[in-house]
Amino acid sequence: MRGVSAHYDEARVLDEVSLRIGEGEVVTLVGRNGAGKTTLLRCVMGLHQRMTGEVTFAGRDISTAAPHRRARLGLGFVPDDRGIYAGLTVEENLTLPPVPAAARSSGSPWSLERIYESFPVLAQRRRTSGARLSGGEQQMLALARVLRTGARVLLCDEPTEGLAPIVVQRIGEIIRGAKEHGVGVLLVEQNVRFATTVADRHYLLAQGRIVRSLDNTEVREREHELLQYLGL
Amino acid sequence: MTSFLQQAFNGLVSGGFYALLALGLAVIFGMLRVVNFAHGALYMLGAFGAVVLSDSLGLGFWWALLIVPLVLAAAGMLVERLLVHRLAALDPLYNFLLTFGIALVCQDLMRMKYGSHSQPYAGAPFPGSLDLGLFTFPTYQVFVLCVAAVVCLAVWLLLTRTRIGTVVRAATERPETTRAFGIDTGRWVTPVFGFGAGLAALAGVLAAPMRAVNSSMGADLIIIVFAVVVIGGLGSIPGAVTAGFLIGMLQALGNLYVPVLSQTSVYLLMAVVLLVRPAGLFGKEEHA
Repeated sequence: MRGVSAHYDEARVLDEVSLRIGEGEVVTLVGRNGAGKTTLLRCVMGLHQRMTGEVTFAGRDISTAAPHRRARLGLGFVPDDRGIYAGLTVEENLTLPPVPAAARSSGSPWSLERIYESFPVLAQRRRTSGARLSGGEQQMLALARVLRTGARVLLCDEPTEGLAPIVVQRIGEIIRGAKEHGVGVLLVEQNVRFATTVADRHYLLAQGRIVRSLDNTEVREREHELLQYLGL
Repeated sequence: MTSFLQQAFNGLVSGGFYALLALGLAVIFGMLRVVNFAHGALYMLGAFGAVVLSDSLGLGFWWALLIVPLVLAAAGMLVERLLVHRLAALDPLYNFLLTFGIALVCQDLMRMKYGSHSQPYAGAPFPGSLDLGLFTFPTYQVFVLCVAAVVCLAVWLLLTRTRIGTVVRAATERPETTRAFGIDTGRWVTPVFGFGAGLAALAGVLAAPMRAVNSSMGADLIIIVFAVVVIGGLGSIPGAVTAGFLIGMLQALGNLYVPVLSQTSVYLLMAVVLLVRPAGLFGKEEHA
């Protein structure tokens, strides 16, 4: 995305943000609450109405494309509240997003059977309501759901928030697994330590601007400073 | 005991009408977040449709049952495309005013054409009564109850067992995220509106042989149906159906035992439900 700005009423929440995610690259977006991280993901997905600038995906300008078009082109959205439907069963949640023909013919590595193999808990509870899963199970369902569509880029909004360390570790494995298959990931993350275990690069977002781009060593060296900056 | 059963049966029959109407309102509200005030007018037009088909074209009840809902569903889809759709991005109040206006226009047009007295319907099927053991009951009303029950069940199966149903339930629960999952929810809005309109029209046709057909029949009924939808939980399909039958029974039995309260009982129940469970019997608290 290039020069993306977004507004809520009079307030500018994103100011000329440019960033890029390569194939198989995991990029995190760190910043305080209200820095504009969630808005940025919503802009990429086409859910934010008042946006200027350009979003391109696989060489294609999608700045004005409807959200469902962007999803079908290969953007996978994992919203901050995980987006699990209480009125749908686990399996209905999982199979809700259509798998585009292109992804189906190339044989996505995440078929329903494969997903149930890797997440036996989802298989066991396929007939129960999505609301009855634990937070960690919901997060796995949210990730599995977009992976199944053969998405090429995942947009994950704080997937580890409020989860136990063991579950966070599992989510790290899922993200690394996706990366191995060439999936790019844009990860909004407050957990800086977790971020360094999965990501290649980090962007620091403050007041709607990208103020710094860091690599893993820089983040590790300046972790203390960074945490203070984030107010954590 | 006999009068109790008879009255309970009466309650089930009017509950069937409430359920059909509330079901249409609920699917429309769920998918569009529009409170369709014109729903009562559609019911009224459905009943008039049956009368007009019978009087001017000589088409009987069964034809009306087929044609009228389809025609009014198409009309509903047209209204959604041409009018409701344009206001969708604005405050929901605008669509509330629009549909309220449409209801008033329909009502007055029918009054201009037919006056305010009731129209007789000649084509009623199933004359006579059915002996149900302890009491006899008009055969036609037994038929109405069966149709209402079958339609409610069919809609339930449609919503829970088909892909379209899953999409509609998903879009009802999270309109925005559903689009981000690659589903063109906009495509389903018009058919769902038409479907809801068709259900109201179906209820209208069913009412023609047993209720007074006049221009205000919808307005009188729809107020109670709104209470039904609120009691059941806005946008909840099982809630709409259960509350529909519940209110029908409550009114009928109220009539028998506490006639003073028969008109107010619905609103009393609504007040209690709103106090105890603000989201309705089957509703879920809205999340931000």
